[in-house]
Amino acid sequence: MSHPQQHPHRPGPPADWDGNLMAGPLSELFALDVTTAVVRCRGCGAANEVARLRVYGPEPGLVGRCPGCDDVLLRVVRTPDAIWLDLGGAASLRWPAESAGSEAQA
Amino acid sequence: MARAALPGGLSARRTWREARLVERRPESPTAVTLLLEVDGWPGHLPGQHVDVRLTAPDGYTATRSYSVAAPQDGDRIELTVQRVPDGEVSPFLADGLALGDSVRLRGPVGGWFVWRPDQPGPVLLVAGGSGLVPLMSMLRARATAGGKAFRLVCSVRSPADVLYRDELAALSAVPGVEIQLVHTREAPAGDPRPAGRLLAEDLSAPGWTATEGPTCYVCGPTGFVESIADLLVLTGHGADRIRTERFGPSGP
Amino acid sequence: MDFVTRGFEGRRRGSDDRLPPGQYLTGDFPVLSAGPTPPVDHDEWELWVATEDGTRHTWSWDELMALPAESVTVDIHCVTSWSKLDTEWRGVSLDTLLEDVETAADFVMVHSYGGYTTNLPLEDILDGKAWVAFGYDGDDLTPEHGGPARLLVPHLYFWKSAKWVRGIELMPDDSPGFWEQLGYHDYGDPWREQRYQGD
Repeated sequence: MSHPQQHPHRPGPPADWDGNLMAGPLSELFALDVTTAVVRCRGCGAANEVARLRVYGPEPGLVGRCPGCDDVLLRVVRTPDAIWLDLGGAASLRWPAESAGSEAQA
Repeated sequence: MARAALPGGLSARRTWREARLVERRPESPTAVTLLLEVDGWPGHLPGQHVDVRLTAPDGYTATRSYSVAAPQDGDRIELTVQRVPDGEVSPFLADGLALGDSVRLRGPVGGWFVWRPDQPGPVLLVAGGSGLVPLMSMLRARATAGGKAFRLVCSVRSPADVLYRDELAALSAVPGVEIQLVHTREAPAGDPRPAGRLLAEDLSAPGWTATEGPTCYVCGPTGFVESIADLLVLTGHGADRIRTERFGPSGP
Repeated sequence: MDFVTRGFEGRRRGSDDRLPPGQYLTGDFPVLSAGPTPPVDHDEWELWVATEDGTRHTWSWDELMALPAESVTVDIHCVTSWSKLDTEWRGVSLDTLLEDVETAADFVMVHSYGGYTTNLPLEDILDGKAWVAFGYDGDDLTPEHGGPARLLVPHLYFWKSAKWVRGIELMPDDSPGFWEQLGYHDYGDPWREQRYQGD
Protein backbone atom coordinates (compact mmCIF):
# COMPACT_ATOMS: atom_id res chain seq x y z
CA MET A 1 0.00 0.00 0.00
CA SER A 2 1.20 3.53 -0.68
CA HIS A 3 2.15 5.72 2.27
CA PRO A 4 2.45 9.48 2.15
CA GLN A 5 5.69 9.27 4.12
CA GLN A 6 7.40 8.10 0.93
CA HIS A 7 6.36 11.23 -0.94
CA PRO A 8 5.78 13.82 1.77
CA HIS A 9 5.75 16.76 -0.61
CA ARG A 10 3.58 15.26 -3.28
CA PRO A 11 0.10 14.30 -2.03
CA GLY A 12 -1.94 12.36 -4.59
CA PRO A 13 -4.39 14.25 -6.79
CA PRO A 14 -8.02 14.20 -5.59
CA ALA A 15 -10.09 11.28 -6.85
CA ASP A 16 -12.96 11.91 -9.24
CA TRP A 17 -15.48 10.80 -6.62
CA ASP A 18 -16.14 10.93 -2.94
CA GLY A 19 -17.84 8.43 -0.68
CA ASN A 20 -21.33 9.49 -1.78
CA LEU A 21 -20.75 7.30 -4.83
CA MET A 22 -20.74 4.30 -2.50
CA ALA A 23 -24.18 5.09 -1.09
CA GLY A 24 -26.12 3.35 -3.85
CA PRO A 25 -24.28 0.04 -4.11
CA LEU A 26 -23.89 -0.25 -0.34
CA SER A 27 -27.53 0.61 0.38
CA GLU A 28 -28.35 -2.96 -0.67
CA LEU A 29 -26.13 -4.29 2.08
CA PHE A 30 -26.57 -1.85 4.95
CA ALA A 31 -29.88 -0.82 6.49
CA LEU A 32 -28.34 2.49 7.56
CA ASP A 33 -26.94 5.19 5.31
CA VAL A 34 -23.31 4.15 5.00
CA THR A 35 -22.12 7.62 3.97
CA THR A 36 -22.78 8.92 7.47
CA ALA A 37 -20.78 6.13 9.11
CA VAL A 38 -17.36 7.02 10.43
CA VAL A 39 -14.65 4.66 9.23
CA ARG A 40 -11.34 4.29 11.01
CA CYS A 41 -8.33 3.54 8.85
CA ARG A 42 -6.39 0.43 9.88
CA GLY A 43 -3.25 1.94 8.41
CA CYS A 44 -2.99 5.46 9.84
CA GLY A 45 -5.80 5.44 12.40
CA ALA A 46 -7.58 8.48 10.93
CA ALA A 47 -11.37 8.54 11.33
CA ASN A 48 -13.49 10.02 8.52
CA GLU A 49 -17.09 9.92 7.37
CA VAL A 50 -17.42 7.48 4.48
CA ALA A 51 -18.72 10.43 2.44
CA ARG A 52 -15.23 11.99 2.64
CA LEU A 53 -13.33 9.00 1.27
CA ARG A 54 -11.52 9.36 -2.01
CA VAL A 55 -13.42 6.96 -4.24
CA TYR A 56 -12.20 5.41 -7.48
CA GLY A 57 -14.43 3.60 -9.93
CA PRO A 58 -17.24 2.63 -10.36
CA GLU A 59 -15.48 0.30 -12.81
CA PRO A 60 -14.12 -2.33 -12.45
CA GLY A 61 -15.21 -1.78 -8.81
CA LEU A 62 -15.61 0.91 -6.15
CA VAL A 63 -12.52 1.58 -4.10
CA GLY A 64 -12.75 3.94 -1.13
CA ARG A 65 -9.42 5.29 0.12
CA CYS A 66 -8.45 7.08 3.28
CA PRO A 67 -8.24 10.86 2.75
CA GLY A 68 -5.23 10.90 5.07
CA CYS A 69 -2.96 8.15 3.77
CA ASP A 70 -4.69 6.78 0.61
CA ASP A 71 -4.87 3.24 1.97
CA VAL A 72 -7.82 1.20 0.71
CA LEU A 73 -10.61 1.11 3.32
CA LEU A 74 -13.59 -0.30 1.42
CA ARG A 75 -13.99 -2.12 -1.88
CA VAL A 76 -17.24 -3.14 -3.60
CA VAL A 77 -17.67 -5.17 -6.80
CA ARG A 78 -20.97 -6.15 -8.46
CA THR A 79 -20.80 -9.27 -10.61
CA PRO A 80 -23.80 -10.76 -12.42
CA ASP A 81 -24.57 -13.05 -9.49
CA ALA A 82 -22.92 -11.51 -6.44
CA ILE A 83 -21.94 -8.41 -4.52
CA TRP A 84 -18.44 -8.55 -3.10
CA LEU A 85 -17.53 -6.33 -0.17
CA ASP A 86 -14.10 -5.93 1.39
CA LEU A 87 -13.88 -3.99 4.63
CA GLY A 88 -10.38 -5.25 5.50
CA GLY A 89 -8.78 -1.81 5.43
CA ALA A 90 -11.29 -0.43 7.89
CA ALA A 91 -10.50 -1.01 11.55
CA SER A 92 -14.09 -0.10 12.38
CA LEU A 93 -17.29 1.49 11.10
CA ARG A 94 -19.38 3.55 13.48
CA TRP A 95 -22.91 4.88 13.00
CA PRO A 96 -24.34 7.53 15.37
CA ALA A 97 -26.79 5.95 17.88
CA GLU A 98 -29.83 8.06 16.92
CA SER A 99 -29.68 6.95 13.28
CA ALA A 100 -29.74 3.30 14.42
CA GLY A 101 -32.64 4.02 16.81
CA SER A 102 -34.69 5.96 14.27
CA GLU A 103 -34.47 3.08 11.79
CA ALA A 104 -35.75 0.65 14.39
CA GLN A 105 -38.72 2.90 15.19
CA ALA A 106 -39.59 3.64 11.58
CA MET B 1 8.61 -23.72 2.76
CA ALA B 2 11.46 -23.05 0.34
CA ARG B 3 11.48 -25.41 -2.57
CA ALA B 4 14.62 -26.36 -4.45
CA ALA B 5 14.87 -24.84 -7.91
CA LEU B 6 14.44 -27.10 -10.92
CA PRO B 7 17.35 -28.03 -13.14
CA GLY B 8 18.27 -25.47 -15.79
CA GLY B 9 17.51 -21.76 -15.84
CA LEU B 10 14.21 -20.51 -17.21
CA SER B 11 15.68 -19.95 -20.67
CA ALA B 12 16.85 -23.56 -20.91
CA ARG B 13 13.37 -24.78 -20.15
CA ARG B 14 11.70 -22.36 -22.61
CA THR B 15 13.81 -23.35 -25.62
CA TRP B 16 12.17 -25.38 -28.36
CA ARG B 17 14.33 -28.44 -29.02
CA GLU B 18 14.30 -31.10 -31.73
CA ALA B 19 12.86 -34.38 -30.46
CA ARG B 20 13.48 -37.44 -32.65
CA LEU B 21 11.21 -40.48 -32.46
CA VAL B 22 13.40 -43.51 -31.76
CA GLU B 23 10.82 -46.04 -30.62
CA ARG B 24 7.05 -46.48 -30.52
CA ARG B 25 5.12 -49.13 -28.61
CA PRO B 26 1.40 -49.67 -27.99
CA GLU B 27 0.36 -49.18 -24.39
CA SER B 28 -3.33 -50.11 -24.75
CA PRO B 29 -5.70 -50.39 -27.74
CA THR B 30 -6.05 -46.59 -27.69
CA ALA B 31 -2.69 -45.34 -26.39
CA VAL B 32 0.88 -45.40 -27.60
CA THR B 33 4.18 -44.70 -25.86
CA LEU B 34 6.73 -42.68 -27.81
CA LEU B 35 10.40 -42.67 -26.94
CA LEU B 36 12.00 -39.42 -28.08
CA GLU B 37 15.62 -38.36 -28.10
CA VAL B 38 16.15 -34.69 -27.27
CA ASP B 39 19.68 -33.26 -27.66
CA GLY B 40 20.75 -31.28 -24.62
CA TRP B 41 17.72 -32.20 -22.52
CA PRO B 42 18.12 -30.30 -19.20
CA GLY B 43 16.56 -33.10 -17.17
CA HIS B 44 13.18 -33.38 -15.49
CA LEU B 45 11.47 -34.57 -12.32
CA PRO B 46 8.68 -37.18 -12.07
CA GLY B 47 5.34 -35.44 -12.57
CA GLN B 48 6.47 -32.75 -14.98
CA HIS B 49 5.23 -32.38 -18.53
CA VAL B 50 6.45 -31.06 -21.86
CA ASP B 51 4.94 -29.03 -24.70
CA VAL B 52 5.01 -30.64 -28.14
CA ARG B 53 4.61 -28.48 -31.25
CA LEU B 54 3.79 -29.62 -34.79
CA THR B 55 4.30 -27.31 -37.77
CA ALA B 56 2.45 -27.68 -41.08
CA PRO B 57 4.11 -26.69 -44.40
CA ASP B 58 2.37 -23.27 -44.41
CA GLY B 59 3.59 -22.42 -40.93
CA TYR B 60 0.43 -23.34 -39.04
CA THR B 61 1.32 -24.79 -35.65
CA ALA B 62 -0.50 -26.91 -33.09
CA THR B 63 0.86 -27.30 -29.57
CA ARG B 64 -0.20 -29.74 -26.85
CA SER B 65 1.10 -30.68 -23.41
CA TYR B 66 2.05 -34.25 -22.52
CA SER B 67 3.18 -35.63 -19.17
CA VAL B 68 6.52 -37.37 -19.14
CA ALA B 69 5.91 -41.05 -18.38
CA ALA B 70 9.34 -42.09 -17.14
CA PRO B 71 11.99 -40.59 -14.87
CA GLN B 72 15.03 -38.76 -16.19
CA ASP B 73 17.20 -40.87 -18.47
CA GLY B 74 19.83 -38.75 -20.19
CA ASP B 75 18.45 -37.31 -23.43
CA ARG B 76 15.48 -39.69 -23.60
CA ILE B 77 11.88 -38.67 -22.95
CA GLU B 78 8.96 -41.09 -22.82
CA LEU B 79 5.47 -39.81 -23.57
CA THR B 80 2.28 -41.87 -23.56
CA VAL B 81 -0.21 -40.40 -26.01
CA GLN B 82 -3.90 -41.26 -25.70
CA ARG B 83 -5.66 -41.08 -29.07
CA VAL B 84 -8.43 -38.46 -28.80
CA PRO B 85 -11.24 -39.31 -31.30
CA ASP B 86 -11.10 -36.66 -34.05
CA GLY B 87 -8.11 -35.08 -32.35
CA GLU B 88 -5.82 -32.80 -34.30
CA VAL B 89 -2.54 -33.83 -32.71
CA SER B 90 -2.85 -37.15 -30.86
CA PRO B 91 -3.73 -39.37 -33.86
CA PHE B 92 -0.74 -37.89 -35.71
CA LEU B 93 1.65 -38.54 -32.84
CA ALA B 94 0.23 -41.99 -32.16
CA ASP B 95 0.22 -43.21 -35.76
CA GLY B 96 1.58 -40.64 -38.22
CA LEU B 97 4.98 -39.66 -36.89
CA ALA B 98 7.61 -41.95 -38.43
CA LEU B 99 10.67 -43.35 -36.69
CA GLY B 100 13.54 -40.94 -37.22
CA ASP B 101 11.21 -37.95 -37.76
CA SER B 102 11.19 -35.03 -35.36
CA VAL B 103 8.82 -32.72 -33.56
CA ARG B 104 9.60 -29.63 -31.50
CA LEU B 105 9.55 -30.12 -27.76
CA ARG B 106 10.00 -27.77 -24.82
CA GLY B 107 10.25 -28.22 -21.08
CA PRO B 108 10.16 -29.48 -18.49
CA VAL B 109 7.09 -27.62 -17.27
CA GLY B 110 5.55 -27.66 -13.80
CA GLY B 111 6.94 -26.99 -10.34
CA TRP B 112 4.33 -28.19 -7.89
CA PHE B 113 3.08 -31.48 -9.32
CA VAL B 114 6.41 -33.23 -8.85
CA TRP B 115 7.69 -35.99 -6.58
CA ARG B 116 11.20 -35.85 -5.23
CA PRO B 117 12.60 -39.02 -3.57
CA ASP B 118 13.74 -36.97 -0.56
CA GLN B 119 10.20 -35.83 0.26
CA PRO B 120 9.03 -37.28 3.59
CA GLY B 121 6.12 -39.64 4.02
CA PRO B 122 3.97 -42.08 2.11
CA VAL B 123 2.58 -41.20 -1.33
CA LEU B 124 -0.99 -41.74 -2.51
CA LEU B 125 -1.48 -41.56 -6.28
CA VAL B 126 -4.99 -41.29 -7.73
CA ALA B 127 -5.34 -41.52 -11.51
CA GLY B 128 -8.32 -41.08 -13.82
CA GLY B 129 -7.75 -42.70 -17.21
CA SER B 130 -4.66 -41.23 -18.89
CA GLY B 131 -4.02 -39.22 -15.71
CA LEU B 132 -1.92 -42.25 -14.85
CA VAL B 133 0.92 -41.05 -17.09
CA PRO B 134 2.67 -38.55 -14.77
CA LEU B 135 1.97 -40.78 -11.78
CA MET B 136 3.68 -43.65 -13.62
CA SER B 137 6.80 -41.51 -13.79
CA MET B 138 6.66 -41.19 -10.01
CA LEU B 139 6.03 -44.93 -9.54
CA ARG B 140 8.92 -45.81 -11.83
CA ALA B 141 11.21 -43.42 -9.98
CA ARG B 142 10.22 -44.97 -6.66
CA ALA B 143 10.81 -48.46 -7.98
CA THR B 144 14.47 -47.69 -8.59
CA ALA B 145 14.96 -45.38 -5.58
CA GLY B 146 13.15 -47.66 -3.11
CA GLY B 147 11.95 -46.46 0.27
CA LYS B 148 8.60 -44.70 0.68
CA ALA B 149 5.28 -46.49 0.75
CA PHE B 150 3.32 -45.86 -2.46
CA ARG B 151 -0.30 -46.59 -3.22
CA LEU B 152 -1.85 -46.13 -6.65
CA VAL B 153 -5.61 -46.04 -7.10
CA CYS B 154 -6.33 -46.02 -10.82
CA SER B 155 -9.80 -45.43 -12.23
CA VAL B 156 -10.50 -46.75 -15.75
CA ARG B 157 -13.66 -47.46 -17.72
CA SER B 158 -12.87 -51.07 -18.60
CA PRO B 159 -9.94 -53.51 -18.37
CA ALA B 160 -8.91 -52.67 -21.95
CA ASP B 161 -8.25 -49.06 -20.94
CA VAL B 162 -5.55 -49.87 -18.40
CA LEU B 163 -2.18 -48.40 -19.39
CA TYR B 164 1.07 -50.18 -18.48
CA ARG B 165 -0.94 -53.27 -17.51
CA ASP B 166 1.92 -55.74 -17.23
CA GLU B 167 4.20 -53.28 -15.50
CA LEU B 168 1.52 -52.43 -12.93
CA ALA B 169 1.05 -56.12 -12.24
CA ALA B 170 4.80 -56.50 -11.65
CA LEU B 171 4.91 -53.37 -9.46
CA SER B 172 2.14 -54.64 -7.21
CA ALA B 173 4.54 -57.39 -6.12
CA VAL B 174 7.17 -54.86 -4.97
CA PRO B 175 7.27 -54.47 -1.16
CA GLY B 176 5.88 -51.07 -0.14
CA VAL B 177 3.87 -50.61 -3.36
CA GLU B 178 0.11 -51.16 -3.58
CA ILE B 179 -1.83 -51.00 -6.84
CA GLN B 180 -5.63 -50.82 -6.92
CA LEU B 181 -7.60 -50.71 -10.15
CA VAL B 182 -11.14 -49.34 -10.09
CA HIS B 183 -13.33 -50.13 -13.11
CA THR B 184 -16.17 -47.69 -13.64
CA ARG B 185 -18.11 -49.23 -16.58
CA GLU B 186 -16.98 -52.82 -17.02
CA ALA B 187 -15.12 -54.89 -14.45
CA PRO B 188 -13.10 -58.03 -15.24
CA ALA B 189 -14.93 -61.32 -14.78
CA GLY B 190 -14.70 -62.49 -11.17
CA ASP B 191 -13.53 -59.12 -9.85
CA PRO B 192 -14.66 -58.70 -6.21
CA ARG B 193 -15.36 -55.00 -6.86
CA PRO B 194 -18.30 -54.48 -9.25
CA ALA B 195 -18.06 -51.75 -11.88
CA GLY B 196 -18.87 -48.28 -10.54
CA ARG B 197 -17.53 -44.80 -9.85
CA LEU B 198 -14.56 -44.34 -7.54
CA LEU B 199 -15.82 -43.78 -3.99
CA ALA B 200 -14.29 -42.79 -0.67
CA GLU B 201 -13.94 -46.43 0.39
CA ASP B 202 -11.81 -47.13 -2.69
CA LEU B 203 -9.41 -44.40 -1.61
CA SER B 204 -8.91 -45.45 1.97
CA ALA B 205 -7.15 -48.65 3.03
CA PRO B 206 -5.30 -49.85 6.16
CA GLY B 207 -2.31 -47.57 6.58
CA TRP B 208 -3.62 -45.09 4.00
CA THR B 209 -5.84 -42.72 5.92
CA ALA B 210 -5.45 -39.05 6.66
CA THR B 211 -3.68 -39.95 9.92
CA GLU B 212 -0.70 -41.30 8.03
CA GLY B 213 -0.50 -37.96 6.23
CA PRO B 214 0.35 -39.14 2.72
CA THR B 215 1.19 -36.65 0.01
CA CYS B 216 -1.60 -37.14 -2.51
CA TYR B 217 -1.19 -36.66 -6.24
CA VAL B 218 -4.40 -36.63 -8.28
CA CYS B 219 -4.38 -36.50 -12.08
CA GLY B 220 -7.03 -36.91 -14.76
CA PRO B 221 -9.92 -35.04 -16.37
CA THR B 222 -10.95 -31.87 -14.54
CA GLY B 223 -14.24 -33.26 -13.16
CA PHE B 224 -12.50 -36.36 -11.85
CA VAL B 225 -9.72 -34.40 -10.17
CA GLU B 226 -12.12 -32.02 -8.46
CA SER B 227 -14.35 -34.76 -7.06
CA ILE B 228 -11.37 -36.81 -5.83
CA ALA B 229 -9.80 -33.75 -4.20
CA ASP B 230 -13.14 -33.06 -2.46
CA LEU B 231 -13.32 -36.70 -1.30
CA LEU B 232 -9.79 -36.55 0.09
CA VAL B 233 -10.52 -33.35 1.99
CA LEU B 234 -13.80 -34.80 3.29
CA THR B 235 -11.96 -37.84 4.63
CA GLY B 236 -9.55 -35.62 6.52
CA HIS B 237 -6.56 -35.13 4.26
CA GLY B 238 -5.15 -31.61 4.53
CA ALA B 239 -5.61 -29.48 1.44
CA ASP B 240 -1.89 -28.72 1.55
CA ARG B 241 -1.12 -32.43 1.12
CA ILE B 242 -3.13 -32.72 -2.07
CA ARG B 243 -1.49 -31.87 -5.39
CA THR B 244 -3.55 -31.93 -8.54
CA GLU B 245 -3.04 -31.86 -12.29
CA ARG B 246 -6.06 -31.43 -14.53
CA PHE B 247 -6.22 -32.61 -18.13
CA GLY B 248 -8.51 -30.14 -19.77
CA PRO B 249 -8.36 -27.85 -22.79
CA SER B 250 -4.82 -26.48 -23.07
CA GLY B 251 -4.53 -23.57 -20.69
CA PRO B 252 -6.42 -22.87 -17.47
CA MET C 1 9.72 -19.90 -39.27
CA ASP C 2 9.81 -23.18 -37.40
CA PHE C 3 10.88 -26.29 -39.24
CA VAL C 4 8.08 -28.37 -40.71
CA THR C 5 6.82 -31.58 -39.05
CA ARG C 6 6.80 -34.15 -41.84
CA GLY C 7 3.29 -35.43 -42.56
CA PHE C 8 1.39 -32.91 -40.37
CA GLU C 9 -1.40 -30.86 -41.97
CA GLY C 10 -3.43 -29.69 -38.99
CA ARG C 11 -6.97 -28.43 -38.76
CA ARG C 12 -7.66 -24.79 -39.53
CA ARG C 13 -10.03 -22.47 -37.72
CA GLY C 14 -12.15 -20.03 -39.67
CA SER C 15 -10.84 -16.45 -39.66
CA ASP C 16 -11.64 -15.16 -36.19
CA ASP C 17 -13.45 -11.99 -35.45
CA ARG C 18 -11.03 -9.71 -33.65
CA LEU C 19 -13.52 -8.79 -30.94
CA PRO C 20 -13.96 -11.28 -28.13
CA PRO C 21 -17.55 -12.04 -27.05
CA GLY C 22 -19.30 -9.20 -25.27
CA GLN C 23 -16.80 -6.52 -26.32
CA TYR C 24 -17.33 -3.33 -28.36
CA LEU C 25 -14.80 -1.17 -30.16
CA THR C 26 -13.78 2.15 -28.67
CA GLY C 27 -12.05 5.05 -30.37
CA ASP C 28 -10.57 6.58 -27.25
CA PHE C 29 -8.48 5.03 -24.49
CA PRO C 30 -10.50 5.01 -21.25
CA VAL C 31 -8.64 5.36 -17.97
CA LEU C 32 -9.82 3.18 -15.11
CA SER C 33 -8.05 3.10 -11.82
CA ALA C 34 -8.23 1.75 -8.31
CA GLY C 35 -6.28 4.61 -6.86
CA PRO C 36 -4.34 7.80 -7.44
CA THR C 37 -1.62 7.90 -10.08
CA PRO C 38 1.55 7.23 -8.13
CA PRO C 39 4.30 9.77 -8.78
CA VAL C 40 7.50 7.89 -9.69
CA ASP C 41 10.76 9.49 -10.81
CA HIS C 42 13.05 7.65 -13.20
CA ASP C 43 15.81 8.17 -10.61
CA GLU C 44 13.84 6.29 -7.96
CA TRP C 45 12.26 3.72 -10.28
CA GLU C 46 13.28 0.12 -9.79
CA LEU C 47 11.87 -3.12 -11.16
CA TRP C 48 12.45 -6.30 -9.17
CA VAL C 49 11.88 -9.98 -9.84
CA ALA C 50 11.83 -12.13 -6.71
CA THR C 51 11.99 -15.90 -6.88
CA GLU C 52 10.39 -18.21 -4.35
CA ASP C 53 13.68 -18.78 -2.55
CA GLY C 54 14.24 -15.07 -2.02
CA THR C 55 16.68 -14.35 -4.86
CA ARG C 56 16.09 -10.83 -6.22
CA HIS C 57 16.96 -9.50 -9.64
CA THR C 58 16.65 -5.72 -10.03
CA TRP C 59 16.81 -3.17 -12.84
CA SER C 60 17.13 0.58 -12.55
CA TRP C 61 15.51 2.74 -15.23
CA ASP C 62 18.83 3.06 -17.05
CA GLU C 63 19.35 -0.69 -16.90
CA LEU C 64 15.88 -1.26 -18.34
CA MET C 65 16.58 1.19 -21.15
CA ALA C 66 19.79 -0.67 -21.97
CA LEU C 67 17.92 -3.93 -22.62
CA PRO C 68 16.75 -4.83 -26.14
CA ALA C 69 13.27 -3.37 -26.65
CA GLU C 70 10.54 -4.26 -29.13
CA SER C 71 7.77 -2.34 -30.84
CA VAL C 72 4.55 -4.35 -30.90
CA THR C 73 1.02 -3.78 -32.21
CA VAL C 74 -1.64 -5.58 -30.22
CA ASP C 75 -5.37 -5.60 -29.50
CA ILE C 76 -6.40 -4.91 -25.90
CA HIS C 77 -9.62 -5.92 -24.17
CA CYS C 78 -10.95 -4.43 -20.95
CA VAL C 79 -13.26 -6.41 -18.69
CA THR C 80 -15.61 -3.42 -18.71
CA SER C 81 -16.28 -4.38 -22.34
CA TRP C 82 -14.30 -1.93 -24.43
CA SER C 83 -11.66 -3.16 -26.84
CA LYS C 84 -9.04 -1.24 -28.72
CA LEU C 85 -7.41 -2.73 -31.81
CA ASP C 86 -3.93 -2.21 -33.21
CA THR C 87 -2.51 -0.37 -30.22
CA GLU C 88 1.21 0.35 -30.54
CA TRP C 89 3.57 -0.17 -27.67
CA ARG C 90 7.28 -0.25 -27.03
CA GLY C 91 8.80 -2.31 -24.25
CA VAL C 92 11.13 -5.01 -23.05
CA SER C 93 9.90 -8.58 -23.37
CA LEU C 94 9.46 -10.56 -20.16
CA ASP C 95 11.44 -13.31 -21.91
CA THR C 96 14.44 -10.95 -21.83
CA LEU C 97 13.92 -9.98 -18.19
CA LEU C 98 13.41 -13.55 -16.97
CA GLU C 99 16.14 -15.14 -19.07
CA ASP C 100 18.53 -15.83 -16.19
CA VAL C 101 15.91 -16.44 -13.52
CA GLU C 102 15.92 -19.89 -11.92
CA THR C 103 12.57 -20.87 -10.53
CA ALA C 104 10.23 -23.81 -9.89
CA ALA C 105 7.25 -21.49 -9.54
CA ASP C 106 4.19 -21.75 -11.78
CA PHE C 107 2.58 -18.40 -10.93
CA VAL C 108 3.44 -14.75 -10.53
CA MET C 109 2.03 -11.87 -8.51
CA VAL C 110 2.66 -8.55 -10.22
CA HIS C 111 3.10 -5.59 -7.88
CA SER C 112 2.57 -1.93 -8.77
CA TYR C 113 3.59 1.36 -7.26
CA GLY C 114 0.54 2.38 -5.23
CA GLY C 115 -0.17 -1.16 -4.00
CA TYR C 116 -2.13 -2.75 -6.85
CA THR C 117 -1.53 -6.44 -7.48
CA THR C 118 -2.64 -9.01 -10.03
CA ASN C 119 -1.88 -12.74 -10.39
CA LEU C 120 -1.10 -14.76 -13.50
CA PRO C 121 0.39 -18.14 -14.47
CA LEU C 122 4.11 -17.73 -15.24
CA GLU C 123 3.45 -19.39 -18.63
CA ASP C 124 1.27 -16.43 -19.58
CA ILE C 125 4.01 -13.83 -19.36
CA LEU C 126 6.56 -15.83 -21.38
CA ASP C 127 7.01 -16.73 -25.05
CA GLY C 128 6.41 -13.29 -26.47
CA LYS C 129 3.15 -12.83 -24.57
CA ALA C 130 4.15 -9.97 -22.24
CA TRP C 131 6.28 -6.84 -21.98
CA VAL C 132 7.30 -4.16 -19.52
CA ALA C 133 6.04 -1.34 -21.73
CA PHE C 134 7.30 2.23 -21.51
CA GLY C 135 6.11 3.62 -24.83
CA TYR C 136 2.59 3.95 -26.22
CA ASP C 137 1.51 5.26 -29.62
CA GLY C 138 4.97 6.55 -30.44
CA ASP C 139 5.43 8.52 -27.19
CA ASP C 140 6.49 7.92 -23.62
CA LEU C 141 3.78 6.09 -21.70
CA THR C 142 1.87 8.75 -19.76
CA PRO C 143 1.37 8.39 -16.00
CA GLU C 144 -2.43 8.06 -16.30
CA HIS C 145 -1.94 5.04 -18.57
CA GLY C 146 0.64 3.48 -16.30
CA GLY C 147 3.87 5.33 -16.99
CA PRO C 148 6.84 5.23 -16.48
CA ALA C 149 6.26 1.53 -17.22
CA ARG C 150 3.43 -0.95 -17.06
CA LEU C 151 3.02 -4.64 -17.66
CA LEU C 152 1.43 -5.42 -21.04
CA VAL C 153 -0.27 -8.84 -21.38
CA PRO C 154 -2.71 -8.37 -24.27
CA HIS C 155 -4.06 -11.92 -24.48
CA LEU C 156 -5.79 -11.49 -21.10
CA TYR C 157 -8.28 -8.87 -19.91
CA PHE C 158 -6.48 -5.60 -19.44
CA TRP C 159 -6.70 -5.51 -15.63
CA LYS C 160 -3.86 -8.06 -15.77
CA SER C 161 -1.67 -5.46 -17.53
CA ALA C 162 -0.72 -3.81 -14.26
CA LYS C 163 0.03 -0.12 -14.48
CA TRP C 164 3.06 1.40 -12.72
CA VAL C 165 4.72 -2.00 -12.55
CA ARG C 166 7.23 -2.33 -9.75
CA GLY C 167 7.90 -6.01 -9.15
CA ILE C 168 7.18 -9.57 -10.18
CA GLU C 169 6.96 -12.13 -7.42
CA LEU C 170 7.28 -15.78 -8.43
CA MET C 171 4.86 -18.00 -6.50
CA PRO C 172 4.61 -21.80 -6.37
CA ASP C 173 0.85 -21.58 -5.87
CA ASP C 174 -1.75 -19.21 -7.25
CA SER C 175 -3.00 -16.43 -4.99
CA PRO C 176 -5.56 -13.74 -5.92
CA GLY C 177 -4.50 -10.16 -6.50
CA PHE C 178 -6.41 -6.92 -5.96
CA TRP C 179 -9.43 -7.49 -8.22
CA GLU C 180 -9.28 -11.29 -8.10
CA GLN C 181 -9.90 -11.08 -4.34
CA LEU C 182 -13.11 -9.18 -5.06
CA GLY C 183 -14.75 -11.42 -7.63
CA TYR C 184 -12.75 -11.06 -10.82
CA HIS C 185 -11.46 -14.19 -12.54
CA ASP C 186 -8.07 -15.64 -11.61
CA TYR C 187 -7.10 -16.16 -15.28
CA GLY C 188 -9.15 -13.73 -17.39
CA ASP C 189 -9.25 -15.06 -20.99
CA PRO C 190 -11.42 -12.64 -23.01
CA TRP C 191 -12.11 -15.32 -25.65
CA ARG C 192 -13.76 -17.51 -23.02
CA GLU C 193 -15.31 -14.45 -21.35
CA GLN C 194 -13.64 -15.19 -18.02
CA ARG C 195 -14.57 -11.91 -16.36
CA TYR C 196 -15.63 -13.10 -12.90
CA GLN C 197 -14.79 -15.94 -10.50
CA GLY C 198 -16.70 -19.02 -11.58
CA ASP C 199 -16.99 -18.02 -15.25
